[in-house]
Amino acid sequence: MADSRTAPRIDRPAAIEVEHLSRRFGPVEAVRDVTFRVEQGEIFGLLGPNGAGKTTTIKVLLSLLKPSGGRVRILGIDVADEPARARQHIGWVPQETAVDPLLTGRENLLLVAGMYHLPPAEAARRAQALLDLVELTAAADRVVREYSGGMRKRLDLAMGLVHRPAVLFLDEPTLGLDIQTRRRLWEYIRTFRDQGTTILLTTHYLEEADWLCDRVAIIDGGRIRALDSPGRLKARYGTERLELRLAAGQPAGPIARLVRRLEDLAVVTRVEAGGLVPAAGGAGEAGGTAMAVAQGAAGPARLWLQVQDPVAALEPVLAACREAGVVLEALEARRATLDDVFLALTGRALRDGNAAGGGEAAAAGVGED
Amino acid sequence: MVVMGEFWLENRAMLQRWWFRLRREPLTLLSTLAQPVLWLLLFGHLLARMAAGDVPGGDYLTFMTAGAMVMTVFNGAINGGVELLFDRETGFLQRLLAAPIRRLSIVTSRFVYIVAVTAVQNLLIALTAYLLGVRFATGLGGVLAALGIGALFGAGVATLSIALAFAVRRHPEFFTITAFLSLPLLFLSSALAPLDLMPGWMQVLARLNPMTYAIEATRVLVLRGWDPGLVGSMLGALLAFDALALAVAARVLRRGLA
Repeated sequence: MADSRTAPRIDRPAAIEVEHLSRRFGPVEAVRDVTFRVEQGEIFGLLGPNGAGKTTTIKVLLSLLKPSGGRVRILGIDVADEPARARQHIGWVPQETAVDPLLTGRENLLLVAGMYHLPPAEAARRAQALLDLVELTAAADRVVREYSGGMRKRLDLAMGLVHRPAVLFLDEPTLGLDIQTRRRLWEYIRTFRDQGTTILLTTHYLEEADWLCDRVAIIDGGRIRALDSPGRLKARYGTERLELRLAAGQPAGPIARLVRRLEDLAVVTRVEAGGLVPAAGGAGEAGGTAMAVAQGAAGPARLWLQVQDPVAALEPVLAACREAGVVLEALEARRATLDDVFLALTGRALRDGNAAGGGEAAAAGVGED
Repeated sequence: MVVMGEFWLENRAMLQRWWFRLRREPLTLLSTLAQPVLWLLLFGHLLARMAAGDVPGGDYLTFMTAGAMVMTVFNGAINGGVELLFDRETGFLQRLLAAPIRRLSIVTSRFVYIVAVTAVQNLLIALTAYLLGVRFATGLGGVLAALGIGALFGAGVATLSIALAFAVRRHPEFFTITAFLSLPLLFLSSALAPLDLMPGWMQVLARLNPMTYAIEATRVLVLRGWDPGLVGSMLGALLAFDALALAVAARVLRRGLA
């Protein structure tokens, strides 16, 4: 499936083509030589921290910013040459909700419909259909000022769809929303895709990229670091983990013995102990883990094992626990995440939430917004 | 035809937006309508005894009617652009810019709205003045002509206001500038007193103030009757003002709406 999507097609133009795009703000290079191609019907994600160049890329695609170098095309239309034509095919849901709070939900939709030159009767019909779709029917004639954050976001989404765009840009579509609202939005987004809309979304939520996107470009410092389906990215850069939770009150000796045994196992590539600073790198440091454990008064509560294949590792790991005389409270397999991928590619973590807090202040100065 | 249709549809939608808003804010609507009338009554009656006999026509309220009408246009138009500044601040403008509309429509729709609102206000002033005994020498035709003069003057002021909305960074700056300008421009015009009664330096400044030309043109219609020569030359001055305002605004707008 993924293969047929990623393969270039000759019979119809790509939904989005970005070729060697760069964009500077004064001395700051927000986007550097970015190239990618999104086929029609794909959900494509730009994943990276705030300030990575995601929003800048989208704004160039929207014709709101002129590129410093390179070209972008929407359905084969050069955005710089024919912005008005390109805009007809584009829907946009900006990062900061852009609704008129003094109008009702319906009035907001009618306004946007007029911007796309829908005749009034058709505009009214579509507004109603979209209000139903995003479940705002009951609130349709209330002033948006009274809407909750989630309701505003849903209205925002509907406003991006009034003219049935072939290509939809979603800039951090679920930023700051609670998990329930977020999942609901994901469902809508999949529905749009199933109806034939191509979707480009930016996010710094790993789960979002993983769950929604057919392909993901990992972007950092204005550059694309990797581009593939989430599954293949994880297979290539990610790590599978086993987490051992040890029963409380066990002496340090057997635990240190267990760590040494685990380090000797071929199926385990690395061992980290909870409460200790895990050292990056090879076997030498892993040995350090064992020593640190041995020196500690009370043993660690958790051990994390990096493994190639969790299923294959299970038996040997359990055997090692028995032999060392360590009692387990629980054992959990942790699949590879896009966070591993991001860490492997950039040397930094992009954990949900953490990246958002630290990155926002940084992004403000870079002209990203 | 298709192009005209699109231009109409996008302007209609944006005009509708301002209308939806106005309709929802009865207090704004009320003050918008009541304030100009208040101006006429307060200024008209406050200064009536003091000024009686010194003003052309002999009746201060009659003299003041033209001033109140033009002043209302000015007050409405000078702050009229601020909604676009709010749109800039909230990011809503970006949404408009991402749509396939003519950039000009963002300006024209706001502009038409401002001119329409001030026209309604002026009608109300004319009606109030009528009830207080003021008679346009040119009759109903003169009232309509006065609305036209107001529109011509309001056009230039609204253009500058919209340009200001794109030139400043945030709205407090906008209001500081418009508040600073409003009263001096009023006093440096012939709204409250005839030019001949002003000290020389004020006369010079008042003659540079486009408001004066709008007032003089309107006042002739109230006091004397159709005076094609005078009204014509005043209209010429107002057109020059509009052209100047447009030239000043064009550069700012081209950058702001790029």
